[in-house]
Amino acid sequence: MGVSIEVKDLNAWYGTTHTLQDINLNIPANHATALIGPSGCGKSTFVRCLNRMHETNPVARVTGSVQIGGLDIYEDASPVEIRRRVGMVFQRPNPFPTMSIYDNVASGLKLNGYRNRHELDEIVERSLKHSALWDEVKDELKKKSGASLSGGQQQRLCIARALAVDPEVLLMDEPASALDPVSTAKIEDLIFQLKSQYTIVIVTHNMQQAARVAENTGFFLMGKMIEFDSTHKIFTNPSDKRTEDYITGRFG
Amino acid sequence: MARTNEFALRNRMRWFGDHAASFLCVTATVLVVAPLVAIFVYLIFKGASSLNIAFFLHKPAPMGETGGGMANAIIGSGLVLGVGSLLGVPIGIGGGIYLAEFGRGGKLANIVRFTADVLNGVPSIVMGIAIYSLIVVPQKHFSAFAGGVALGIMMIPTVTRTTEEMLLMVPHNIREAALGLGVPNWRSVLSITLKTASPGVITGCMLAFARVAGETAPLLFTALGNDFMSYRLDEPIATLPQQIFVYAMSPDDEWHRLAWGGALVLILLIVIAVSLVRYVTSRGVLKGAS
Repeated sequence: MGVSIEVKDLNAWYGTTHTLQDINLNIPANHATALIGPSGCGKSTFVRCLNRMHETNPVARVTGSVQIGGLDIYEDASPVEIRRRVGMVFQRPNPFPTMSIYDNVASGLKLNGYRNRHELDEIVERSLKHSALWDEVKDELKKKSGASLSGGQQQRLCIARALAVDPEVLLMDEPASALDPVSTAKIEDLIFQLKSQYTIVIVTHNMQQAARVAENTGFFLMGKMIEFDSTHKIFTNPSDKRTEDYITGRFG
Repeated sequence: MARTNEFALRNRMRWFGDHAASFLCVTATVLVVAPLVAIFVYLIFKGASSLNIAFFLHKPAPMGETGGGMANAIIGSGLVLGVGSLLGVPIGIGGGIYLAEFGRGGKLANIVRFTADVLNGVPSIVMGIAIYSLIVVPQKHFSAFAGGVALGIMMIPTVTRTTEEMLLMVPHNIREAALGLGVPNWRSVLSITLKTASPGVITGCMLAFARVAGETAPLLFTALGNDFMSYRLDEPIATLPQQIFVYAMSPDDEWHRLAWGGALVLILLIVIAVSLVRYVTSRGVLKGAS
């Protein structure tokens, strides 16, 4: 099941650049939450702070608190534990090129020492079904490399890989921006189905996409969160002038 | 119709330029490959006739007698190169991993990288003398082990630098994918980054292996050579390059013949070893991988 996320006074830096400034936000469980805003506004940095990927950059720094399902991820747990509970799907599909489709999906478990073959088979099948890729690859699971799939299939493979470790939250950083419209539609369908079981945070440049998949939407601008509300309200009657300017296409 | 003429002229110029460039490329390729082919053909011409069962099964006959072989040198080369690879490959790969993944940009990494480059430039005879004074003198005897150490140290810089370069070529998003799954960094480095880079890393190891397989100088003061069959690491041992050197310098025609045969076998063994490693490591590669 998904869990809620509470962000308090979150600040993040890359070197001396203050990328995120005093973000306060509550993301409800089992909903899809979209983050929109122009390039460089900090929305990617924000999601990377939610699974402590931000700090893998040596010049990065972060302050404030993030509670995921009541657990303070910067105080009470190691980054490795957090990343198992908070899965991530990246902008460009990044399957492991040396691994088969099967091994890609099983990688999160296998690399953490999980060895039960029978259960792995089940988990791989379930994850691929969840990510709506099973029917397309079931005959060549162990023969074909993950890198031999099409871009859209690769991204669904990456989603399956993230789901296989059974996370509570799924972060998606522009998951469809490198894909064609058909693949994008498939990913969006997927998000719709997945949110019954996971809390989903999706960064997107595509405002229609936010409107289609997310209950709530946050608008970021220059490292600050300008507005957070129901998607319907953001797109029809935003309270901040800057949000209105952005969604009506006056800038960004 | 001046315009059509101009067009035809330009077309002809393009045809000429295209063929001239192709010609230059082909010439360059031939020049690169020719010496290799020439050496190989000449070796087969001179050496093939002395290759027979006895060559591979017998130890050398005393000077002046016919027959005899280089079995002891073939086994010796195998042992010495085995020791060298056991030492050079793990240390070299470990160093490369440190440079690319952990020490990146740090002071120690720069020192390690600089040392490796200097070590690469150390003349092999100097390496022989160094190992002589560090291992042979304290132990008071020459040994296959000392020869292996000398070759192993010579392998390290090549393996380290190629490993580093190959690891750096692994795309950043592959590392992020592993970390994002909650895989610890050390595990991600070994199972994802190193594995993705493994074809290149293996090529680096083979390059280093092939290079030291033909080294003679560092073995002169370390493995020394041996006219008898030996399987022991703590005794002097014959190796192909060193045996070829001794035989080629001798006044005996029979030994000259063996030296040619030895040279051919040395090259063949290197080719076989490299092909074997490539074959073994390329099995299990998936359709469409990388």
